[in-house]
Amino acid sequence: MMSGGIPMNILYDAALDGVLPQNDKAEVLADLQAATPGLTLLHREEDLRPFECDGLSAYRVLPMLVALPETLDQVETLLKRCRALGVPVVTRGAGTGLSGGALPLEQGVLLVMSRFNRILDIDPDARTMRVQPGVRNLAISEAASPYGLYYAPDPSSQIACSIGGNVAENAGGVHCLKYGLTVHNVMKVEVITIEGERMTLGSEALDAPGFDLLALFNGSEGMLGVVTEITVKLLPKPETAKVLMASFDDVEKAGRAVGNIIAAGIIPGGLEMMDKLAIRAAEDFVKAGYPVEAEAILLCELDGVEADVDDDCATVRRVLEAAGATGIQQARDDAERAKFWAGRKNAFPAVGRMSPDYYCMDGTIPRRELPRVLKGIADFSAEYGLRVANVFHAGDGNMHPLILFDANQPGELEQAEELGGKILELCVEVGGSITGEHGVGREKINQMCAQFNPGELTIFHAVKAAFDPERLLNPGKNIPTLARCAEFGAMHVHNNQLPHPDLPRF
Amino acid sequence: MSDTANTDHDASQALAERIRQADAEGTPLRIVGGDTKAFYGRKVEGSSLATREHRGITSYDPVELIVSVRSGTPLAELEAALDANGQMLGCEPPHFGDDATVGGMVATGLSGPRRPWAGSVRDFVLGTRVINREGIEQRFGGEVMKNVAGYDLSRLMVGAQGTLGLITEVSLKVLPRPGATRSLRLELPLPEALAKLAEWGRQPLPITAAAWHDGALALRLEGGPSSVAATRERLGGEDLEDDYWIALREQRLGFFSPDDSRPLWRLSLPHNTPVIDLPGVNESDVLYDWASSQRWLRSDLDAETIRLASARADGHATCLTPGLDSPFTPLAPVVEKYHRNLKAELDPKGIFNPGRLYAAF
Ligand SMILES: Cc1cc2nc3c(=O)[nH]c(=O)nc-3n(C[C@H](O)[C@H](O)[C@H](O)COP(=O)(O)OP(=O)(O)OC[C@H]3O[C@@H](n4cnc5c(N)ncnc54)[C@H](O)[C@@H]3O)c2cc1C
Ligand SMILES: Cc1cc2nc3c(=O)[nH]c(=O)nc-3n(C[C@H](O)[C@H](O)[C@H](O)COP(=O)(O)OP(=O)(O)OC[C@H]3O[C@@H](n4cnc5c(N)ncnc54)[C@H](O)[C@@H]3O)c2cc1C
Repeated sequence: MMSGGIPMNILYDAALDGVLPQNDKAEVLADLQAATPGLTLLHREEDLRPFECDGLSAYRVLPMLVALPETLDQVETLLKRCRALGVPVVTRGAGTGLSGGALPLEQGVLLVMSRFNRILDIDPDARTMRVQPGVRNLAISEAASPYGLYYAPDPSSQIACSIGGNVAENAGGVHCLKYGLTVHNVMKVEVITIEGERMTLGSEALDAPGFDLLALFNGSEGMLGVVTEITVKLLPKPETAKVLMASFDDVEKAGRAVGNIIAAGIIPGGLEMMDKLAIRAAEDFVKAGYPVEAEAILLCELDGVEADVDDDCATVRRVLEAAGATGIQQARDDAERAKFWAGRKNAFPAVGRMSPDYYCMDGTIPRRELPRVLKGIADFSAEYGLRVANVFHAGDGNMHPLILFDANQPGELEQAEELGGKILELCVEVGGSITGEHGVGREKINQMCAQFNPGELTIFHAVKAAFDPERLLNPGKNIPTLARCAEFGAMHVHNNQLPHPDLPRF
Repeated sequence: MSDTANTDHDASQALAERIRQADAEGTPLRIVGGDTKAFYGRKVEGSSLATREHRGITSYDPVELIVSVRSGTPLAELEAALDANGQMLGCEPPHFGDDATVGGMVATGLSGPRRPWAGSVRDFVLGTRVINREGIEQRFGGEVMKNVAGYDLSRLMVGAQGTLGLITEVSLKVLPRPGATRSLRLELPLPEALAKLAEWGRQPLPITAAAWHDGALALRLEGGPSSVAATRERLGGEDLEDDYWIALREQRLGFFSPDDSRPLWRLSLPHNTPVIDLPGVNESDVLYDWASSQRWLRSDLDAETIRLASARADGHATCLTPGLDSPFTPLAPVVEKYHRNLKAELDPKGIFNPGRLYAAF
């Protein structure tokens, strides 16, 4: 599917993604400069270079221009001018996305929201905070902390990623089984449409009249509008949180233990699993105190009121013992608890140290399918001769297999991508999804064809058309065209015959 | 209803056929579940499309915390199945009658007393099957806890009152029943009760319902036996029957009596909104639910006055007594434009419950 080490998906392909208007860079630059005085616009190659990729660094494209607005009027004018000129706009937050959602377009403006980094208002009694989209995820909890409050969704990238990007990806974290995803923790957003209109979705009350457009915008990957302000819900910090770490000599036993904890009527604050390769990598990197000889570990965090947490710890301990854990350790204090979590939260960079490159997958599955999917991944790994480290949000069935490869070895990137594609198709086959939290972006655009049929994709395009009929916001991301699916999708091509020869190829 | 109405049955083919026909002829449909919530929203002129024969739980694995159920299934039947496994619907939906269906719960999106702590109906929806205007059943979301592939059409269906398509099946996240439940009643004047609720809201207390009316604050505590017992002791007050919350949810308390001829309003307001002054409205005319962010109001005041006061607090007001042309708060013009656009894209001929939410679509 690729050539010369460059994944085929990267470049916008007018034949498969739809025709984009062609514009002269100098003319667009002059127009935008005239329309938005004071707006920082980058246009020289060396200035554009730092923006050529997001967290999916194998995918790189130099944008035509980069805009770094500081006022909403600038965003509004920019969008209006881009619409008038027919210039596509890709919005970018902190650029930590792992699916190429903020991958620029050669013919497009990259709208970077990182200068909107102010916390606007904290209301501790209402337990809400109003922030600009460029505020970092962790900065929200830090600002809430003096009031005994915090913001629940905690992606591992929380030091760097922006709340605007979290909304656009509906980001999750290690606590989402109990506390929900971004969509469950955002009350209201302000949006600017491609036409430059401002609108409020949601409300500071617990609901708003009309359709739930707030839910629709969560996870919409910058395709429907630009998020310019977010009101998040804050929660009181739990009185206590305790972590149990259990080791297993068999991954499947660990997988079964996860189900047994839930079956005991307990919803842990966090329930994470790592396999041997991930354990070793993390231990080498942060010295978390992990048992390196174990085949798998489970980290189970129980939080709440002290007395209940103690009761639950005892129950979970019994469940783990019955499930055949070879060792169970409870963090003695907050420092040790932080250490246990540091291993997990640094698992990606830790694995990154073991190999020149790694490719992070994000499939979700019904938990009961864990043993089957793990077996499948092990088989694919052997077949392709590439190592795979497994890190899971086990409580909610979200897997992050990390495929280790070396992009400098001819063909390895392609092999890694193909292996990844197989894993995602297996997830869909067992009733799961190709992405639990990282989004489709550009990366999983072809796998969308495995998860949705042409009729369903048509409905997605209809939703897009309701907000952006000219397809100027982030074109080529999130939802594949039917032509792309006919060409590449898992509507597999048998005997060289396209499944839908009748579909327009643009 | 035929005899099949009481057994599991897949009626999606027949429903799809009716929809294809309606779309071909451009004739509107009025989707009917249990018809218990017909009072909620505007009247729909259209031929009835009943979902009740499309019923049954299609998959339920308690260990996964996920249940999938056809839309015509009585809510009571679903709740009984969950209860038998020590689980429940976290959003505690109102029934408003024995016939209430799962589809009606999702389409109206109404949640019960636990809502501020556990989440709303939409928070628990993981996936839906929907018959579109072409009569084709489509699947969005799924039977997994996390799924960000494609737009979140499942949650968009919640509260859309059937105006975007016919929901045939829904997958829901369920929760284990709490280990312990205690309810209590504290005699407290309103301002003190509101101050207490704000203070407690910032603490990790096991409160899962809070309502003030008639000089007293009713609270429900749920969680582990240890914390519930300790909190019960700390807060004092007198014991309250747990049934109180069902009566509140189903609007069976005296406050909701049909003998009261004044319209019933629902004000949805931010946490910690102070008492709203409305001309002629006394303390006894308001019931404060959801720790005061859902307020039920009995008043003859005109809609504009009530809505303006709610809007000043960044809230909105819905009239639950039939008669108003717009029971729901009118939308801001730009927001309304995108509602119309969506409706035009998904249901261009306006066959699904036209005008149920707003006259414009
Ligand atoms: C080491 C590492 C660990 C990670 N761990 C997690 C994890 O645990 N959970 C998780 O969910 N994700 C994780 N991620 C992925 C990533 O951090 C999240 O997807 C995050 O939400 C992206 O935020 P961002 O600000 O970097 O967005 P970007 O990458 O800049 O953009 C992401 C998408 O959002 C859109 N967008 C950004 N801002 C706006 C806006 N204001 N308005 C409209 N659209 C906008 C972009 O167009 C793009 O489609 C991880 C990433 C890394 C590198
Ligand atoms: C105190 C109280 C007051 C109430 N007041 C009102 C009121 O003022 N107005 C009112 O309407 N109800 C009222 N209800 C009932 C409320 O409507 C419902 O309880 C309930 O959620 C409906 O369930 P149902 O199956 O009876 O739905 P129905 O009443 O049959 O339908 C409710 C709405 O959902 C839509 N719908 C149903 N099934 C589907 C489906 N499968 N796909 C798409 N759309 C679907 C219907 O078209 C309708 O718009 C009240 C209930 C109580 C307890």
